[in-house]
Amino acid sequence: MIGNNLPVLIVVVPLLAALVIPLVRKGNVAWFVAMTACIAVFAGAIELLVRVSDHGPISYALGNWPPPIGIEYRIDRLNAFVLLIVSGISVVVTLFARLSVAREIPADRVHFFYSAYLMCITGLLGITITGDAFNLYVLLEISSLATYTLVAMGAQPHALRASFNYLVLGTIGATFLLIGIGHLYMATGTLNMLDLHQRLPSLMESRTVRSGFAFIIVGASLKLALFPLHLWLPSAYTHAPSAVTALLAATATKVGAYILLRFLFTIFGVGFSFHVLRADVALLIAAAVAIVAGSLIAIRQQNVKRMLAYSSIAQIGYITLGIGLASVTGLTAGILHLFNHALMKGALFLALGCVVYRVGSAHIDALAGLGRRMPWTFAAFTLAGLSLIGIPPTAGFISKWYLVRAAFETGWWPIAVLVLVGSLLALIYIWRVVEAAYFRPAPRAHRNVEEAPLSLLVPTWILVLANLYFGIDTDLSVGAASRAAAMLLGTVTGSP
Amino acid sequence: MQWLGHYNYWIYIALMMIGFYAVIAKPNLVKKVIGLGLFQTAAFLLYISIGMVEGGTAPIAWEHAILYVNPLPHVLILTAIVVAVSTLAVALALVIAINRAYGTVESDQIDAQDIKPGR
Repeated sequence: MIGNNLPVLIVVVPLLAALVIPLVRKGNVAWFVAMTACIAVFAGAIELLVRVSDHGPISYALGNWPPPIGIEYRIDRLNAFVLLIVSGISVVVTLFARLSVAREIPADRVHFFYSAYLMCITGLLGITITGDAFNLYVLLEISSLATYTLVAMGAQPHALRASFNYLVLGTIGATFLLIGIGHLYMATGTLNMLDLHQRLPSLMESRTVRSGFAFIIVGASLKLALFPLHLWLPSAYTHAPSAVTALLAATATKVGAYILLRFLFTIFGVGFSFHVLRADVALLIAAAVAIVAGSLIAIRQQNVKRMLAYSSIAQIGYITLGIGLASVTGLTAGILHLFNHALMKGALFLALGCVVYRVGSAHIDALAGLGRRMPWTFAAFTLAGLSLIGIPPTAGFISKWYLVRAAFETGWWPIAVLVLVGSLLALIYIWRVVEAAYFRPAPRAHRNVEEAPLSLLVPTWILVLANLYFGIDTDLSVGAASRAAAMLLGTVTGSP
Repeated sequence: MQWLGHYNYWIYIALMMIGFYAVIAKPNLVKKVIGLGLFQTAAFLLYISIGMVEGGTAPIAWEHAILYVNPLPHVLILTAIVVAVSTLAVALALVIAINRAYGTVESDQIDAQDIKPGR
């Protein structure tokens, strides 16, 4: 019975856990419930990925209403892979959260924190798994509302403003998506993604569909924080609690990219998105500016958390670049970078969380000389930083390699130059932190700082080692990404 | 004069732009929230208009009915209304918390406090 209902359990388990947690009122019990739920979901996601790669797409009818009428959960190679990323990262971050959250959140609110935290994960998993366009909007709002709450729990009053700005922009983005989905419904009379895919090709000339396309792409790009719609991201990441920043950086923007992929390729199809409406030009330009501007602004930041946030904007640029190239190699690179960026940014933000746990600040001056005091933390930061720059044998190198290959294959060679420039800029901002940590003397107040506790270091190093592992053994990540890419492009020609 | 017949769509666009303007231009956070509410409500109007079928009656089982309006968009928008209400609640809670922390809900005054050294 559990086997058959696995798709819905992936969403229901964290949702129910989120509702149970406020009742227990004890921080540690709340953490334990959250951890159990995350592990259960992760196990379910692995099982789903195995099943999908063995037997092809799984369709699950919610409440036994057959798909075009009822809501369908549909798992194929792409979202099984994204589910794995989201659930896997949430396990690692939850492991990290116990001590970090106990330090950063007042004790009487810890159980509310975990409730909102699980609600956020529920929404992200739901967006990924659903096969219904309107359901996607509802789950997007569930995860967003939970995220605003989580960001507002940051220690300083700045967190409140960051959360408010995020709420305003996030709501505008989600409403755009809602309007776009409304336009599609108006033209086709269906909300099921597969149904939409079948009915849209005959409506390519419809102005309703075209404006719906524009609304959806802008709405999804706002969630993804694609330049120039990224304005909510830096402050939200900077002021949110450490565990939340790691979770958001590694999962929320990835799910945003997934929404974009799903609409561009599965629902509208390559022919409409890229040949009729030329969305690739808009995406490539936005991505190119994101990479250069994000990296340049990152170099100038004094707060390392904000620096990594701007670096995220640049990295989202790489993902979008892969999507915009719209070739099999390009899409593989984009999906691969989705995975690898979750690993590297997760590791970087967790390492930074270790520093904040000990020092209480993420300012670059506060990090001075800590390389010797916290060797494991900064070794983790440096290794994850190398992965971010894209130095072999790390995961970051693999996705950039594919991106450069895709650029040459499709003839957009300036993109290869751009990737290289972006990597050099990343080298500069990562080096600033390394230089401060290893080559500057520690201020007197930090002479007695100790290494971060083991329960923070273990999750950080899990992600760092994953960065190294997926840089050497690429079978799982590249295999899954290229199969997902082939599937996305294959849906156009009709072969599954 | 076909465009006049679609007057509800024109109202939806106008409402949406008024709300959007308030979100961007008003410095008062509560006014921003009101603008956001208008912005979302406009989208509801779009959905409700979609459901219209010419000559249709309310979707209630009735022996004289020949044609019903499409009730699905109305049901969808009920969900979206719940979402909008929750968004409003979270937004107002944040405004209250901001007011507690800064003593004001005017964004220019909050900016002035943020720039002050020592914070």
